[in-house]
Amino acid sequence: MKTAQVIMDTGARAAALAVKSARVDVVPGYPITPQTSIMEAMAAMVENGEMHARFIPVEGEHSAMAAAVAASAAGARVFTATSANGLLYMHEVLHMASGGRLPVVMCNVNRGIFAPWTLWADHQDSFAQRDTGWIQYHCSSNQEVYNTILQAFRVAEQINIPVMVNFDGFAISHCLMPLTLPPQEDIDRFLPPHEPEWRLDPAQPSSFSNVTNASEYAPFRQMLSDDIMASIPLVKQAAQEYKDITGMWDGDTIDTYRLEDAEVVALAVNSMAAELRLSIDILRQQGIKAGLLRPRLVLPFPAEDIINALPQNAQVMVLDRNYNFGHPGGILASELKSVLFGRRNDITVKNRVMGIGGIDLTRTYMATEIRAMLDD
Amino acid sequence: MTTSIKQLPDIEQVLSGNGACGGCPATMALRIVGKALGSNAIMLLTPSCSVASMGMTPKLGYNWPAINICFATAGSSGSGIAHALEIMQEKGRLQGEPPTVFCWVGDGGTYDIGFQALSAAAERNDNMIFFCYNNEAYSNTGVQRSGATPRGSFTTTTPAGKRQPKKNMALLMLEHNIPYVATATVAYPGDLYDKVVKAKSIPGLKYIEILAPCYLGWQFDMPETVQMSRMAVRSGAWLLWEADNGKISFNNPSSLIISGKKDAAPVDEYLMKQGRFKRLLKGPDADQRIAEIQGDIDREIAFMRERAKITF
Repeated sequence: MKTAQVIMDTGARAAALAVKSARVDVVPGYPITPQTSIMEAMAAMVENGEMHARFIPVEGEHSAMAAAVAASAAGARVFTATSANGLLYMHEVLHMASGGRLPVVMCNVNRGIFAPWTLWADHQDSFAQRDTGWIQYHCSSNQEVYNTILQAFRVAEQINIPVMVNFDGFAISHCLMPLTLPPQEDIDRFLPPHEPEWRLDPAQPSSFSNVTNASEYAPFRQMLSDDIMASIPLVKQAAQEYKDITGMWDGDTIDTYRLEDAEVVALAVNSMAAELRLSIDILRQQGIKAGLLRPRLVLPFPAEDIINALPQNAQVMVLDRNYNFGHPGGILASELKSVLFGRRNDITVKNRVMGIGGIDLTRTYMATEIRAMLDD
Repeated sequence: MTTSIKQLPDIEQVLSGNGACGGCPATMALRIVGKALGSNAIMLLTPSCSVASMGMTPKLGYNWPAINICFATAGSSGSGIAHALEIMQEKGRLQGEPPTVFCWVGDGGTYDIGFQALSAAAERNDNMIFFCYNNEAYSNTGVQRSGATPRGSFTTTTPAGKRQPKKNMALLMLEHNIPYVATATVAYPGDLYDKVVKAKSIPGLKYIEILAPCYLGWQFDMPETVQMSRMAVRSGAWLLWEADNGKISFNNPSSLIISGKKDAAPVDEYLMKQGRFKRLLKGPDADQRIAEIQGDIDREIAFMRERAKITF
């Protein structure tokens, strides 16, 4: 029996290695910082025969997503990746992927949005795509990126909804961390070959995404909304079975740290949530009963799991790395408040926006912010 | 020898009962294209008249699997399907004769919003046939100007007649170094049929542009579609040509005009038949504006004649 291999590699390479182990067929790609190294790795793997797939070097992200959805409609397993303005440029086609029920998996390497330009991480890009009907994971380590891409393909293909796997530019994409690669036969056991119920097939001529009457359009949209909600048990099942096969666990819809007896709960996503574990330890040393709740799944927002996980009378400090324009804080705080309303009136929600455009979020900075928020 | 209309196969890929206007040149052209492609093909459509006439979900008036895609994406979507089919064939998940991938796109989706994705697909030489059915305006949305609208033409967004000439899209595609480029129009069905049959046998990106005189946009009588198509060619306003690996040859009757064996008919008669030029022809500067249109045509003929002499 083959054993897992442990290497040192970047988050971007972790993503590419996961795509390779998922036996993806087609990868359309376009460069954008900080995602570029994923596409460079994919192109190299295809070129040197390490991966049996087609790399399509398209001329922009709108085309990258268009080629991805079309290849998926033809029956292929498809991956692409982007960042920031590239993701925004795809926006129209993201809707086609979800409305067309095409199980594309994409990495978005989070980066702040133009204007003005920034190269560094915040979460405005992925959160701006909340309403496109994609399932969205947010990851906090290189290993989680690898693991989540494999889980994402499984969920996407089970329910025919595209999945976006988000992680921070540079802090994850360009930093080396230990990475465990399970044996390929374990991955194959976890992720069976893609056998779509339907594909573009001349033996069965039919129209796809054709014009509808309202009486047909409305049920299509309702079905999409219902199925996005129905993906939550599939996300949990995928995480559990991945753990059973590989022994690795990043949480399912949520990930928690020292939460059970916490009176002060920090809530955040992506790499800052990994750093926050250290902030929690600092706060505990200072006598504050702190804990962490990290939504790994951001869309659908895991309402029930969050409601069940929060300790009685907790103060939740939501640290948003994005703006909810038109509201005083960030988007995660709004999402949280909407699920708590009428369900958990014992909970207090406080919110600060931080880390915009890559401002460094250290353990001490965040611990200090959380202490200060006690007085907000 | 060009295939005659009587020799076209009986196979019909455009089924009866679709929603096109009477006399629709796009549907006429698609019918001929279908006879050449047969049923083993996958069709991509961007928003256009051919989407409006294909029938509402779940019905379909074309006998192919047909996917509607975002307006700007015909080139890249075609690439996605072409690569997916090739890799699935290599991996043994698809067997048999590979289907022909073809984009069926209007002039707006080709000259304007779809230009970038088409240019890139052509530069990559991905394996598909890209058809532009060119009715010289956004007819489906009620006739607005496009990059294919000729100078002087009235549209709802050029209420005084378009001031600029159209661009030579087929020539632009030729300069992408693709293996096959052709122009055609519905008055010459055998010519179109032969060009599609040839394109089908060539790997890589093939571009075929079909002039499609639209009675609604051009404002002529519905039964005169084919006649308008013929007049466009005879006046030299539309040139029939094809290029194998960059080598241009002209098809009859355009070849006679290019070689000087026959003069192009003056453009006046062609223009007079079309309501879209009427305002222009009634104005005080009518002579000058007709001369401008004639000048555009003469320039294209002269340019294409010389361009065809460049071979490698």
